[in-house]
Amino acid sequence: MAVIDLANPTRFLTLVNRVLPWLIAATVVLFIVGLARAMNAPDDYQQGATVKIMFLHVPAAWLGMMGWGLMSIAALGTLVWRHPLADVAGKAVAPIGAAFTFVCLITGSLWGRPTWGTYWVWDARLTSVLVLFLLYLGVLALYWTAEDPGRGSRAAAVLALVGAVNLPIIKFSVDWWNTLHQPASILRLGGSAIDPSILTPLLIMTGAFTLLFFTLYLAAMRNEILRRRVRSMRMVQAQEARA
Amino acid sequence: MTLGPHADFIVAAYAVTAFVVAALIAWVVLDYSAQRRILGDLEERGVTRRSQRGNGR
Repeated sequence: MAVIDLANPTRFLTLVNRVLPWLIAATVVLFIVGLARAMNAPDDYQQGATVKIMFLHVPAAWLGMMGWGLMSIAALGTLVWRHPLADVAGKAVAPIGAAFTFVCLITGSLWGRPTWGTYWVWDARLTSVLVLFLLYLGVLALYWTAEDPGRGSRAAAVLALVGAVNLPIIKFSVDWWNTLHQPASILRLGGSAIDPSILTPLLIMTGAFTLLFFTLYLAAMRNEILRRRVRSMRMVQAQEARA
Repeated sequence: MTLGPHADFIVAAYAVTAFVVAALIAWVVLDYSAQRRILGDLEERGVTRRSQRGNGR
């Protein structure tokens, strides 16, 4: 099957039904391994056991940003090629990305209180992630409240593209401004600053959360395709009733 | 495994994450069964999509 064939919703549904059980199994296995490694990881020499919050916070932050990146790519498909599957992809990823951004903010606050002495500070990293969350809520409002679904999708796609400007701001905020949030410690020149005993479970947990994200994403796309079929069948039903 | 003096914060972080993940899973599972049920009802009543009509349905 060529990649372009997947742009057909029916073929896409067939693929999703085939892939989902394997994705679910891989996600469960990776979470079991990741959580076991995370619980047995040593305490940080400065932060103590609170470093365990990192195994949730970092993957959630990554997925919140990746979700917006995927939504921006889908937005291009919606606005430039007007492909219905691109619109499905954009709409399905928004609630999942918003949920992981919410987890990032909450776990960050719960990590910040014992580490920094405060739940919240208006520094560039925290504020830009809060802006990301608010942008997600804006996109969801456009998708869920627009009277005309097509118009709502196009408006959401425009917001997704404009909001993509926030992604490099989040990433480089710790370099561009003086922040309470620590600078990059995983993806940085010179290699990770984290000891392998903590880095390994972090990478496994990140992999597990990423698999979970794509499992939920494919399932949500399948639901959205079915919802559109329901809508089109109801329209046919209404037209036939009127005729 | 000991969680030290800040155990409450660690447990709360894991609890919130578990709750959000469970809510996402419940959302996709319940939404899927709801859409399948509605589609089944419509098909039982003989309603078809326009694209299916060309296939003799």
